[in-house]
Amino acid sequence: MLEASNLECVRGEKSLFRGLSFRLGAGACLMVQGANGSGKTSLLRMLCGLSPPAGGEIRWGGTPIRELAEDFRRELIYCGHAGAVKDDLTAQENVRMSARLAGQAAGEDEARGALRSLGLKGREDLPARVLSAGQKRRVALARLLLGKHRLWILDEPLTALDKAAVATLCGMIDAHLASGGMAVLTSHQELPLAAGRIEHLRLD
Amino acid sequence: MAETNILTALGGIVRRDLLLAARRKSDVLTTLFFFVIVVSLFPLGIGPEMDMLRKIAPGVLWVAALLATMLSLNRLFAADYADGALEQMALSAVPLGVLVTGKVIAHWLLSGLPLTLLAPVLGLQFDLAPASLAVLVVALAIGTPVLSLIGAIGAALTLGVRGGGVLVSLLVLPLYVPVLIFGAGAVEADITGLGAAAHLSLLAAFLALAAFFGPWATTVALRIALE
Repeated sequence: MLEASNLECVRGEKSLFRGLSFRLGAGACLMVQGANGSGKTSLLRMLCGLSPPAGGEIRWGGTPIRELAEDFRRELIYCGHAGAVKDDLTAQENVRMSARLAGQAAGEDEARGALRSLGLKGREDLPARVLSAGQKRRVALARLLLGKHRLWILDEPLTALDKAAVATLCGMIDAHLASGGMAVLTSHQELPLAAGRIEHLRLD
Repeated sequence: MAETNILTALGGIVRRDLLLAARRKSDVLTTLFFFVIVVSLFPLGIGPEMDMLRKIAPGVLWVAALLATMLSLNRLFAADYADGALEQMALSAVPLGVLVTGKVIAHWLLSGLPLTLLAPVLGLQFDLAPASLAVLVVALAIGTPVLSLIGAIGAALTLGVRGGGVLVSLLVLPLYVPVLIFGAGAVEADITGLGAAAHLSLLAAFLALAAFFGPWATTVALRIALE
């Protein structure tokens, strides 16, 4: 259970939001919406623990994430604007290396399987340099399929994805929610999600 | 369980950085060529005065090693910072300090170790005796990891700062001074017949200190840079 109470975000001199509270239980998805610069990414980075909130607290299962540190990070996967895809590595190596960085073991077959389900069959051994922006985004998202993370935090996951990939991603999120996972995501488009409870949060 | 995870993660990140370097060899080779060329310029500029060359050899080799390490510091975290990999490391289930240690080890394997292995060959140009060359290699082997460890703190502190390249030299070079003094001093002590043991022990003490505090300080600096 992810819980935020009275969060405040300050960027420079300007306060982006304050008094923001929500709870997210198993199987729920929080859709964060708002104009450019309304603090969506800042909120997501706070929820991961990358940047401390200016005020308020974030708790995971009742304990502040600051105290949980690695125990919280083990449950979490974050896909930011930058996909951490290395141009010099092949798609398959990228998936395995980023899984290993996150502290999970990933075999070659698993990585290939994840890439195939994201529609990158036949491109597993191409260097990421020659992939298009959408294909790189798919490589970054392939890691979602490897671990057993309970909380997915996705910042604009639809950027550069085509219709087929959007449908695949929605299927992945649906399956994740159905198995009791949680997701927090930002998007300017409506995601056609089927299962789970979708809650909306507007930042203005 | 937890310990094996940490060791696998450490080995994993070292292999990752080595693989990335193997795909982009020019980065590593420029550092080494810089070292070779800077060291070779001195005998050419000074001419064949053996006494003079022998005297300046330890200092020249060490200063060149410092500058070459300096050059390679920029690529330590910058690429991972730009493409988001550093963010992922900060969010890893493995403590960031472990990953940082892995990156520093990889950095040493790609800069300090080749410099150490090249040094005796370059030392021949300065007419150093075989015994002095051996001391030089040992001193570099102990001293260059300190350079990588301290350099990582500087690289982390200047991450995302405009003109970080120049700033990192201003920040880190003064901290390299003790290593330079005792590293070059070890070879000089051996040439004058005093024995290099004391200098090498001090270098080893620096290494122990840097290995203990370096990754910790680097981790703190990286977390601040990512906020």
